[in-house]
Amino acid sequence: MASYSTNEFRGGLKVLLDGDPCIILENEFVKPGKGQAFNRVKLRNLMTNRVWERTFKSGESLEAADVIDQDMEYLYTDGEFWHFMKTDGSFEQYPADAKAVGDTVKWLKEQDVYTVTLYNGAPLTVTPPNFVELEVVDTDPGMKGDTAQGGSKPATLSTGAVVNVPLFITIGEVLKVDTRTGEYVSRVKSS
Amino acid sequence: MTDQPVWQPAASQAALESRAQQLAFVRGFFAQRGVVEVETPVLGRCGVTDVNLDGIPAQVSASGIEGGWLQTSPEYHMKRLLAAGSGPIYQVSKVFRNGERGRRHNPEFSMLEWYRPGFDDRELMTEVADLVCGWLGCERPEVLYYRDAVKTWAHVDPFESSERELMRRCEEWLEPEQLAGLGRDGCLDLLMSFAVEPNLGIERPVFITGYPASQASLARVSEHQGYSVAHRFELYVRGLELCNGYWELTDPVEQRRRFEADNHQRRLLGKPEMPIDDAFLSALEQGLPDCAGVALGLDRLLMLKLGATDISDVLAFPFERA
Repeated sequence: MASYSTNEFRGGLKVLLDGDPCIILENEFVKPGKGQAFNRVKLRNLMTNRVWERTFKSGESLEAADVIDQDMEYLYTDGEFWHFMKTDGSFEQYPADAKAVGDTVKWLKEQDVYTVTLYNGAPLTVTPPNFVELEVVDTDPGMKGDTAQGGSKPATLSTGAVVNVPLFITIGEVLKVDTRTGEYVSRVKSS
Repeated sequence: MTDQPVWQPAASQAALESRAQQLAFVRGFFAQRGVVEVETPVLGRCGVTDVNLDGIPAQVSASGIEGGWLQTSPEYHMKRLLAAGSGPIYQVSKVFRNGERGRRHNPEFSMLEWYRPGFDDRELMTEVADLVCGWLGCERPEVLYYRDAVKTWAHVDPFESSERELMRRCEEWLEPEQLAGLGRDGCLDLLMSFAVEPNLGIERPVFITGYPASQASLARVSEHQGYSVAHRFELYVRGLELCNGYWELTDPVEQRRRFEADNHQRRLLGKPEMPIDDAFLSALEQGLPDCAGVALGLDRLLMLKLGATDISDVLAFPFERA
């Protein structure tokens, strides 16, 4: 496996640290004019999501982590695994476990495309697109003529996610939701 | 990897104009004091032995000579001029250091270097303060001994603490296996960078002086309070290291010994040994006048003038765009 020396460190690089895959967030080069150089590096551990700060002597190196992001279509779940398929026409499938899917589970809709991060060829994390469009399957009855009024109510979406929506939203409507904040954005159109 | 090239400059137009004003200020400062501007090669035949400086080799082929190095500093050439009787001289030049890139480093940068025959380190510190404070409009620097600075902020004694104690103190930043081979000076460099430097020159600029003899580089060494210290100084302004100066070593025998010690250290670290610059040593044998000299980073000076926190903000084209 390739390795990166401190000269090659930069944001976005994926490396192995203490056996875990990490992504470099920041790399600070520090050197007194006449002295030894160091790199102060901030990394996020991709297994735990925890951010680490570590110092390296100039010239030290880290092993590259075999981590790649791939677009994949969500197929189905068998209860234990969530199955994804590459969108490159290879039909290759990857089962992601509950740990890899994490909170993204509430945004998973069949046939939609997600970013699956593979570590040594196995799904490590699944990231939803920033916006998803999902149907409302349950909410209190809407109030006619209330479109301009403030106020909100919970609505359950087809994936099981619950978001706060304006009072005029009714069952069967498709909503655009921001997955980063879990907030309602707009109606897509009545179906 | 697949970064798109960017054609636009990184520095703002205002920063570029301020750079031109800074250069005019520097030239006016030295003209008034009768210090002569010189130019020496950016492309030299030799590199430097300094263990912590990696030169950039050039592949020149001319006059039957192959090789060459982009200079890490104009020091040796300028000292050859001094030995030839130049009198006080200064130079604004581009210098090159491999692998150095960060918020305060670019592998190519602008250096102001000057030499004052007849000055000692204290007199040159006064002149540095005149220049820097004249341009930045800052308070005049205070003077702090290296030992006191390290004791205050790193809580170890650079002269008295054992290597073991220094290493233990460094465990805040490095794993035990990384500490092996760092050595006494490596530990002190780490503590200086991470524990001391961020505190230097915050209220007002500060000169650090009285470095351990092992970090003398090209400075002469004498006894101070029972310790062997280098007549070397650095100026820090708002946590930023701005310059490095010496009351210059003029002894060719001692100079050769230090070069050879550098190469010995390089061998131990698995770094390539560097040929010793014999033209420079011959000049010292001929006789370098008693003098003090200093090198000051002009890009960093401009950062301070503009309140920039990243060197890219004051460079037209930092290396990624160069």
